[in-house]
Amino acid sequence: MIAALAFYVFAAILIASAVMVVTSRNPVHSVLFLILAFFNAAALFLIAGAEFLAMILLIVYVGAVAVLFLFVVMMLDIDFSQLRGGFQRYLPIGAIIGGILLLELLFVYGSWQFADGSAGLRMNAMTADGVTNTQALGRILYTDYIFLFQASGLILLVAMIGAIVLTLRDKRPDSRRQDIAVQVARAHAVTLQNVEPRKGLGELGIIRRPLPAAPKPRQVAHDDDHGHGGGHH
Amino acid sequence: MDAFLNSNIGILAITIAQTLAMLVPLLIAVAYATYAERKVLAAMQMRVGPNQVGPLGLLQPFADALKMVMKETIIPSGANRALFIFAPMLTFILAMIAWAVIPVAEGWAIADINVGVLYLFAISSLGVYGIIIAGWASNSKYAFLGGLRSAAQMVSYEVSMGFVIVTVLLCVGSLNLTQIVLAQKTVWFFIPLFPMFIIFFISALAETNRTPFDLAEGESELVAGYMVEYSSMAYALFFLGEYANMFLMSAMTTTLFLGGWLAPMDIAPFNWVPGPVWFILKVSLCMFTFFWVRATLPRYRYDQLMRLGWKVFLPFSLIWLVITAFVLKLAGWLPV
Repeated sequence: MIAALAFYVFAAILIASAVMVVTSRNPVHSVLFLILAFFNAAALFLIAGAEFLAMILLIVYVGAVAVLFLFVVMMLDIDFSQLRGGFQRYLPIGAIIGGILLLELLFVYGSWQFADGSAGLRMNAMTADGVTNTQALGRILYTDYIFLFQASGLILLVAMIGAIVLTLRDKRPDSRRQDIAVQVARAHAVTLQNVEPRKGLGELGIIRRPLPAAPKPRQVAHDDDHGHGGGHH
Repeated sequence: MDAFLNSNIGILAITIAQTLAMLVPLLIAVAYATYAERKVLAAMQMRVGPNQVGPLGLLQPFADALKMVMKETIIPSGANRALFIFAPMLTFILAMIAWAVIPVAEGWAIADINVGVLYLFAISSLGVYGIIIAGWASNSKYAFLGGLRSAAQMVSYEVSMGFVIVTVLLCVGSLNLTQIVLAQKTVWFFIPLFPMFIIFFISALAETNRTPFDLAEGESELVAGYMVEYSSMAYALFFLGEYANMFLMSAMTTTLFLGGWLAPMDIAPFNWVPGPVWFILKVSLCMFTFFWVRATLPRYRYDQLMRLGWKVFLPFSLIWLVITAFVLKLAGWLPV
């Protein structure tokens, strides 16, 4: 009874926040409603007994993807009146696309047939006794379908390399790069020393050394591309 | 009595009692963590620290809390009111609900769930929302820049933290926190996984926005970062949330690497001490390290912070994860 009630509460909030994602005027509010929708989807996973999926949904989508969304949307400088201005113009084509999608969904759902006893199966635990669903998922992904899993990983890797290649602008050979080790290294000249009275630094064997000299601006860079942070033209 | 305890209302009552038994000591500990931090910093800087309110200044946290509550709550006119008030609440709530799965002793967790580690990781990664929403809703450039910095920083360090957790999980074979502690009966994981322990602790500093990674509130350039516009109770909630998060990270370090409630050795004087005492001692040690780091290190430069997260910790933890997997496999130590 409580599980059913919880399901309807979470499902109702999920749908309401999904509607708000589309309809709210402020894009930041949209993203926040999207996050609320993710939360309720995770709760639905939990009710279905898929605890691993619920937590992964939270970690991946809410903890990382939505943060980046929010990050980008917050920094956008959006003119709301301009956004709403196009509404009239795009209404017909939007309505047509929406209508086609609705029709397709109706056709799919209309030809949907349930197997005998499928409702009973859905109430059962998804895995056998003693096997947590983390183990069950791992077995499917890493044992049964390891090659497909690796292939999808490779596709993602290629996509990532592509993105890096597209955004890597810095192709000049003489651009200055940072050498953090040089930047954070200390010389004696900037170090506090506990010197005994009446004895100079020389007594301690410490000789003040000047800071490493700033490198001269290089005309052509061949092998050494470390800048020392302080160089001026 | 048993019939009552097994009914729905009985279970609810027990859960509420357990929650209070966890949260009340936690909040008192948070209050005294502020006192402890000031005392530790004072000792390290050869000062006295708070010593006026009550004996040895022990009532100082309550004086501070009273002062906070008495102040006026100011909501800037340009702020987004609902989100502005929601952000500190969210920070505080997230810092509290994570404690539901922490096992203080064997069987002493409010909810001993199968995916305890993932739950903790999820909750700690949500902490960024309190900060980023506060930064945006304040409608102030300092607050906004602080929020953005913090969001980027927390997302970056979560990645290597995730790899560290996976390494521990490889050695345990379970996502349950109690199982993780029990797997450390022979040796605490900070010994075989020492580099990962260090990475985890440094990432914990970054996750909680503590020195040397407190750029989100770097007062020399951003005044107080995302908290600039907050006052009174809303500010106090951020403050409590930050300290509760430090405790949470300490508890995670303790559970994953320092053997949770286990005694250092299972021999005479050590195993007379009950498990929760060991747990509290270990968490206190981690908290002391948080204060120690604050007293010792200067603040990082932002690009160095990002470099450390992405170019040092991420490849290193990834390589160490692969090495651990190979060693476990070749030595036949993989848990089934």
